[in-house]
Amino acid sequence: MKLLKLVPDHTNIDFMRWRNLAVILSTLLTVASLAFTAYRGLNLGVDFVGGQLIRVTFVQPVDVEQLRGRVLGLHLGEASISEFGGPKSYQIRLPKPEGGDAAANIAADRVKQLVTTNYPGARVDAVETVSGKVSEELASDGLKAIIFAMVGIAIYIWLRFEWQFGVGALLTLAHDVAMTLGFFAFTRLQVDLNVVAALLTIVGYSLNDTVVIYDRIREDLRKYRKMPILQLLNLSLNETLARTVVTSLTVLIALAVLMWIGPEVIFGLAIAIFLGVLIGTYSSIYISAPVLVWLKVTSDSFVKVDDKEQTGPQPA
Amino acid sequence: MLEFPRWKVWLVSLVVVAGIFFSIPSLLAGTPYADRWPAWMPHDKINLGLDLAGGSHLLLEADARDAMKQRISGMEDAVQTELRRDPRIDVGDISTADGRVSFMVRDPTKVDAAVERLRTLTQPLGLTGNRDWDVQVIDSTRVVLIPTNSGSLRAMKDAMNVARDVVRRRIDPSGTREITVVTEGSNRILVEVPGVDNPDQLKRLIGQTARLEFKLVDLDANVADVGQGRAPPGSEVLDYPDATPGLPFVAYPTAAGQLPKIAVKRRVMVSGDQITRAKQGFDQQSNAPIVQITFDNNGAHRFGRVTQDNVNKPFAIILDNHVLSAPNINEPILGGQAQITGNFTVQSANDLAVSLASGKLPVKLIPIEERSIGPDLGKDSIHKGAIASVIGTLGVILFMLITYGRFGVYATIALIVNAFLILACLALFGSALTLPGIAGFVLTIGAAVDANVLINERIREEIRRGRRLLDAVETGYREAFRAIFDANVTHVISAAIMAFFGSGPVRGFAVVLLIGVITSVFTAVYFTRMLVALWLRKARPRELHI
Repeated sequence: MKLLKLVPDHTNIDFMRWRNLAVILSTLLTVASLAFTAYRGLNLGVDFVGGQLIRVTFVQPVDVEQLRGRVLGLHLGEASISEFGGPKSYQIRLPKPEGGDAAANIAADRVKQLVTTNYPGARVDAVETVSGKVSEELASDGLKAIIFAMVGIAIYIWLRFEWQFGVGALLTLAHDVAMTLGFFAFTRLQVDLNVVAALLTIVGYSLNDTVVIYDRIREDLRKYRKMPILQLLNLSLNETLARTVVTSLTVLIALAVLMWIGPEVIFGLAIAIFLGVLIGTYSSIYISAPVLVWLKVTSDSFVKVDDKEQTGPQPA
Repeated sequence: MLEFPRWKVWLVSLVVVAGIFFSIPSLLAGTPYADRWPAWMPHDKINLGLDLAGGSHLLLEADARDAMKQRISGMEDAVQTELRRDPRIDVGDISTADGRVSFMVRDPTKVDAAVERLRTLTQPLGLTGNRDWDVQVIDSTRVVLIPTNSGSLRAMKDAMNVARDVVRRRIDPSGTREITVVTEGSNRILVEVPGVDNPDQLKRLIGQTARLEFKLVDLDANVADVGQGRAPPGSEVLDYPDATPGLPFVAYPTAAGQLPKIAVKRRVMVSGDQITRAKQGFDQQSNAPIVQITFDNNGAHRFGRVTQDNVNKPFAIILDNHVLSAPNINEPILGGQAQITGNFTVQSANDLAVSLASGKLPVKLIPIEERSIGPDLGKDSIHKGAIASVIGTLGVILFMLITYGRFGVYATIALIVNAFLILACLALFGSALTLPGIAGFVLTIGAAVDANVLINERIREEIRRGRRLLDAVETGYREAFRAIFDANVTHVISAAIMAFFGSGPVRGFAVVLLIGVITSVFTAVYFTRMLVALWLRKARPRELHI
């Protein structure tokens, strides 16, 4: 049987030739992405802005405008209704009710009642009420967690490699997270706690390819001490190209299935990780590697740690 | 490479077999085959999180100001009781303003004695020499008790622990349900109840302060005045919504929207704190739902004495400042048992019994986050999640088979073993599987084969470079391991931070990722290495098709 080879055996692509163009484009896109996110804002779920969310599944597809009219008729404030997973499932979002907990209960009860009386057989799947205090904490905890994870991983890479690699990892992560945020701002997909979990996962997983490439760069730096850095980076990238493509592909296959037929509630999570891994594959080549050129990594960067490396983890 | 000692083969096989056995109960759950699983086999099943099982999640926050107020008024009571004891010290102008208890000692020569006795009411905190209250004298006759910061923190912590137990007893009086009630941080309680998808019911159970008091009815009060809300000194006017018509001491409403009113003595005969048992029952004559209560010794004694002194007079049973009923004392009630009648349903009588028996909440709790998930959504999610997991796994397997042939088969076996191991760990650790956890499972499946990809690609590369077969495989495993290790550490860092900051579903996701990292390194590196070594030793191939 002939085995599949997605990447030919001896590639010799001059990745570094376009590095300036790629870095400029990536930087522009990252900045644009952040600016767009700041300008347009994210579609934050009740987890982060507080309020109420009620998920309903109807027996048949319903007329959204009629449903909207009925919910607005309750005068519970700026209610928003959106399809959720299919034409029969909707989520109704209500703003934080004034008057605390009692008011929140009443609001939820009235919506539930409206749904069950007007749409016989309809099923209320979930009711979530998050106070402003909790939502602020969840938002700040989420932000802290993402920053800690990015810095923590960058420090680990620094300890295992050299400081230049740590900086490269941090910039790569910032790029991946910023681009994913931009995607959420652009598509208006709802950002809930699951999406923050996804961003944290991206921080952990989008660096996979970067780690593999860095590992090879280190190896080649020791092997070919006289080789110019650009040529060496190209060599390392080409040597690991098959790995970079295939490892990303296996994760993407699994996530694509999850996005396609998995539960609706975690669609946001799945698409965020999918995107993060895709962006991470690109950035491992065009952000992680070029950073090393600017930061002037040379073979000498590793001379002093040669002894230490011998005691690194080895398979049993 | 060929060296793979027999004991290692046994050890690895043992782990694999154990993983399969421990994951079977979870896979059988809900199928007709569950009963056929022998009783002596492992039975731990994966717990489903609330988002999959359906249920309610409630986060309650203690009202710190209320806690402080209760603590200060408790101290005020203690001060009065202490100084009234022999030798009595007369005090006046007691105030609890500004978060402190202060009063004047009428006889200036007794100030020191008062301070001395009040010191005994304060508690030392650990070995620091600090106490929970500072006792100070200002203007030579005014004594002030100020709660110290560390004292307040300790009091809050104690109050939260008591509140947690009270909440648990109120939700689950029999102590048999699988509920979670834990304190979070310094002032919060998290309640998770599977199966109940209506948090209102929970909040009703938890929120009932149920302050029950027995007070004598003030028969000297002028009914017309009572109707106007005025009561004689020493008495107070309360609402009596369910008053039966024709009682001489009740002021019946003269206009619509008013409630019947009644004057009762301020002094409490017995209070709900003195109840040891309460249960719902039925009145022997009318068969109406009632609450039967039993007083503790002290309460029984006082109740007996007061009823003895007031035969043929009515007393009021008061719940949260509303009179439930005002029965007549027909004879002294000496046994320490009483029944509360009122306009009860079986449910409301039961709720009241539960809240009386569970004790008083030491601090007011306010719901700040509520989530409830219906059971059907959870079932849908499990169904879709299971299908996605299976198809996702098959997709990854197919890809590995057509890309790496024999080595793809090894990766596939490793992947399947990995799936079993993850399920087994979840079942063994008792950590709940959540909806994002299913996503974590699928992601782990996709990422687990990364290690095999790295190893196999490296072997391909080494063969291209002209290494001998065994050497290439050996080098492939050794050189790939560094990157596999580093990549997995980055996963661990992000997952650990997620587990630390996240709650509920997100933590479930992080747990699956963490377990997956460990099991996948075991299966993708050690387990495949064993399979490859055994094959190489047996077949002694001349060339490698990879």
